[in-house]
Parts: sequence; C-alpha cells; structure tokens
Amino acid sequence: MKTESRLEKMLNSGHFAVTGELGPPRSAYLETLKQHADAMRNHVESYNITDNQTAIVRTSSIGVAAVLMQMGLEPNVQMTVRDRNRICLQSDLLGAVSIGARNFLCLQGDHAKFGNEPQSKNVNDLDSMQLIRALKNIRDEGVFVSGEKIEHPLPRIFIGAVANPFADPFEYRHLRLAKKVAAGAQFIQTQCIFDMDRFEKWMEKVRELGLHKKVHIMGGVTPIKSIGAARYMQKNVAGMIVPDELIDRLRGADNKQKEGLNIAVETIQRLKEIEGVAGVHIMAIAWEEVVPEIVERAGLYPRPEID
Amino acid sequence: MIVAERKPLAEIAEMLKPFRKICILGCGTCVTVCLAGGEKEAEETAAALSLLRQNEGLETEISTGTILRQCEYEYIDDYAKNGFDCDAILSLACGVGVQTMVARLPDKIILPGLNTKFMGYPLEQGVWTENCLGCGDCVLDLTMGICPITRCSKSMLNGPCGGSQNGKCEVDKDVDCAWHLIYERLSKLGLADRMDVIQPPKDWSTSHHGGPRTIVREDVRLEDGE
Repeated sequence: MKTESRLEKMLNSGHFAVTGELGPPRSAYLETLKQHADAMRNHVESYNITDNQTAIVRTSSIGVAAVLMQMGLEPNVQMTVRDRNRICLQSDLLGAVSIGARNFLCLQGDHAKFGNEPQSKNVNDLDSMQLIRALKNIRDEGVFVSGEKIEHPLPRIFIGAVANPFADPFEYRHLRLAKKVAAGAQFIQTQCIFDMDRFEKWMEKVRELGLHKKVHIMGGVTPIKSIGAARYMQKNVAGMIVPDELIDRLRGADNKQKEGLNIAVETIQRLKEIEGVAGVHIMAIAWEEVVPEIVERAGLYPRPEID
Repeated sequence: MIVAERKPLAEIAEMLKPFRKICILGCGTCVTVCLAGGEKEAEETAAALSLLRQNEGLETEISTGTILRQCEYEYIDDYAKNGFDCDAILSLACGVGVQTMVARLPDKIILPGLNTKFMGYPLEQGVWTENCLGCGDCVLDLTMGICPITRCSKSMLNGPCGGSQNGKCEVDKDVDCAWHLIYERLSKLGLADRMDVIQPPKDWSTSHHGGPRTIVREDVRLEDGE
C-alpha cells in the first residue's frame, strides 16, 4: 500500500530525515505553537506532538495534529498508554487517522506523580510494546486488540516507537529495541543524546543484530540553552545521561546559548556518520526558534524534494 | 484476609515439568482459612500431581510441608533450617508469600501454585467476597462501612450510576449495587443527606497508582545491630 506519510517516504528513500517536536500548551491557545511550527516548516519532515508531556494537562496531541494539518504540516501523533485504556487508544487512533494523521509514536509515558495531577490514576492498560503491536494488528491484520475485525481497512499508518540507550540495564537496551521492532515499530526516535560514546556502543549492538536494516533509527538531539538546563536534565530527568564534560564545556564558553547550539550541530554531524542512523529528531522544547539554524548548520538544508 | 484459589492442575503440572524433585509448601494462615493453600491442599495437590505425572511417564518425587506464614522471614527461616532437598518448590501461599520466599531463598526455584484473588471475607461456607482494594485512603467513614471503591464496579464516589436496577449492578445481576446498599444504610441511620455531598476526585496516589508502596514506622524500627 502506498504511504501518504512524508516522513516514511523520506526515510524509505534513504535521505537523512529530520523531525521536530512541539509541546502543546497548558491551554487551548495555540498561536505560539503555530508560529513555532511555521518557522521550521521548511526544515523538518514532520512534527512530534507530545501527549500530555511529563504528565501535565495540555491540549491533546490529536487536537494539535488537526491544527497542524490545517497548516499543511505533517504531525507525528504521540500516544502514551498512561491516560487511556485500550478502548480509548484504539478509538483515538481511528479518530486521528480519520482526520488525516498517518504517523504515530507509541510511548509508555511519565508516571502521573511527576505531573500536575499526581493524584490521578495511571491507566497503563496496555504497555508501550503492546500498543505498537495493537497498531500493527489493526493496520495489517484488520483486528483490534480483542481480535474483533475492523469494519473497513485502515489506511497505511507509519508506526514509531522510542528507545533509550541511556537507561539501564544497558546490556538489555538493544534487545528491547529488537522487541519493539518485532512488535511492529517502523521508526525509532531515541532519548536525547549527550553521551555520544554510550550511543555509539548501543548502535554497535544494534548493528550486530541487524536492527538498523529493519527499522529507521533517528537520533534524539536537544540543544542545551543554559548550564541550569543541563544540570536539571542531569539530576532530575530519569533515563538521561548528561556528562560532566559537557557541562564543563558550557561553563567555559562566553556565550552559553551559542555553545549549546554548537554542541547540537556537532552531535548531528557525528550522527550522520554513524552507520544505521537514519535521521535526527530535534527536541527543542521551549527553544523551538533555533531549529532552522541547527538544521542549516548541520548541512541538512534544504530538505530533499519528495513527491 | 487474603483470598486465593489454587491454579488449575494442568497449569501447575506444566510449570513443574522441567523438575523431578518437587516440594509443595502450604501456607498456614489466610490461604489455609480460605481452603486454597493449607496443609490439606498441599497434600491433595501432591497426590493429584503425582498421578498426573505418573500417567505422563515423568519421574517424580514429591514432598509436602507447611510454613505457618510464608510472608515472614522468621517463619521461613525456622522451616528452612533443615534445608530443601528438591529441584523446585511449589508455594501454595499468596503472591506475598511467594515473593517473600524468593527474597529469603534466592537460590531456590519457587513457583506459584495459587492465584491470589483479593482481600475479602467468607460470606458463607464456600463463598468469599472482595471488600477492600487497599486504596490507602479509607472512605468507609463516608459511607458508614460499605466500600464504594471496591464494591462499586466503577469505584464511584458519587453513586449510584444509571446502571443500578433492583439493587443490582449493571455488570452482573448477581452483584449488589454498592451505592444502593450505601443509600439504604445511610437512610436507615438518618444520614441520607450525606448522599448530597459532591465528593471530589479521589487521591489515587495513596493506592498502587502512586507506585509500589512501603510503610516505614520510625517508632517501631530497630536501630542497626539491635
């Protein structure tokens, strides 16, 4: 079946793909988000729309996806299993497809205790692995989780998942990726890469299993805006590794922001050289305006034409 | 108490297939009382399993025993003094007991013989019913002793819902509507106006939704080496 996903076409064509990320606001006012989206429209293939990121109530991923599509832009709808049971996840998938969304990214989601409704239930009816498989089964087998048949075939969707080479146990992380690929993941976005050595070691193991030939792996890149931001990620964000050397480098720089961008650009340049890395996913949350500069300086602009 | 049911024999037989020498260990407390995993059930399970394995041509050596509480180290230690001469232990304790055993005897293979069902009580001989979910923030004062979190299928705090009919729940005609019971009880006690209070969203972080729970009581803890 022919894909309608620009991201899938770009990755299938072998071009080094670029995706951006937009975090919906804690309101229904989307003008700022739209400006950010518009500013990088020529620099990214598509945009991840986070799903109540860090367990904070925000405009829904699918709602923002609809707005983006009205602007002629392509969303990657993030779906966590934290807030919705299998009835709602599957129903939302159908709803999102019906309004034109084609790219979906399956995640577990941060525990609700970290967000602004820490008293809420964590649904976790399915887990992220099961969600990947559920999407694949709906698309390829025409069946819901229950085994019941879908009434009409689903258009081709592009199924994504995440991988975190910086979480433990490290020896299991590439095997977990293999499991996600077996479950049905077609593209992978990784956690932000600051520890390139560890990422390269992980990629080595990924290549040993031949996974890079079965799935499009996009390296996660986040430009660091300040020493405070780096320290925060180092200390407070589970599953992230921010090496001290990186903080020292920022400390030694006159212009921290400029150095943060330099680091992001260098990271992408190294990623481009690693066998099996198919693209880059730029997460510049709260610093979206720098994405075009990063993409241009990393030698990824203009983006290739795709029919 | 914790109420459990023995797993189907076929499932037990399957998990024990790779082992020859098997020890079936009952637990002497909750699961003895609910007739799922006490000494008697350990012996019954051993007899049934022996027969089944014999028919399958599997070499088998089964012993049985009972630990008063598999959920406490001191009882496990007391029993374990003589060692276990077996390839695997089938524990007929609840999930708490199985895991306490594994924590205490990490070099042993310990497998579960029961399905742990719920916290509840015997309604009559042979009938047990669930009545506490362990949510960590008891609301029985609001309802005068009938738990809506456990006994309402939707865990509503402002019930009954539109599915309540003739005192029964929409989920199953054999299940009482908890909010029907609460309404009757509050009315009888002259407290029916409590039903008018809009109960706010519950804090689920005190339940398993906040993650696995631990209670630390500094006042009864022992100092190091004490």
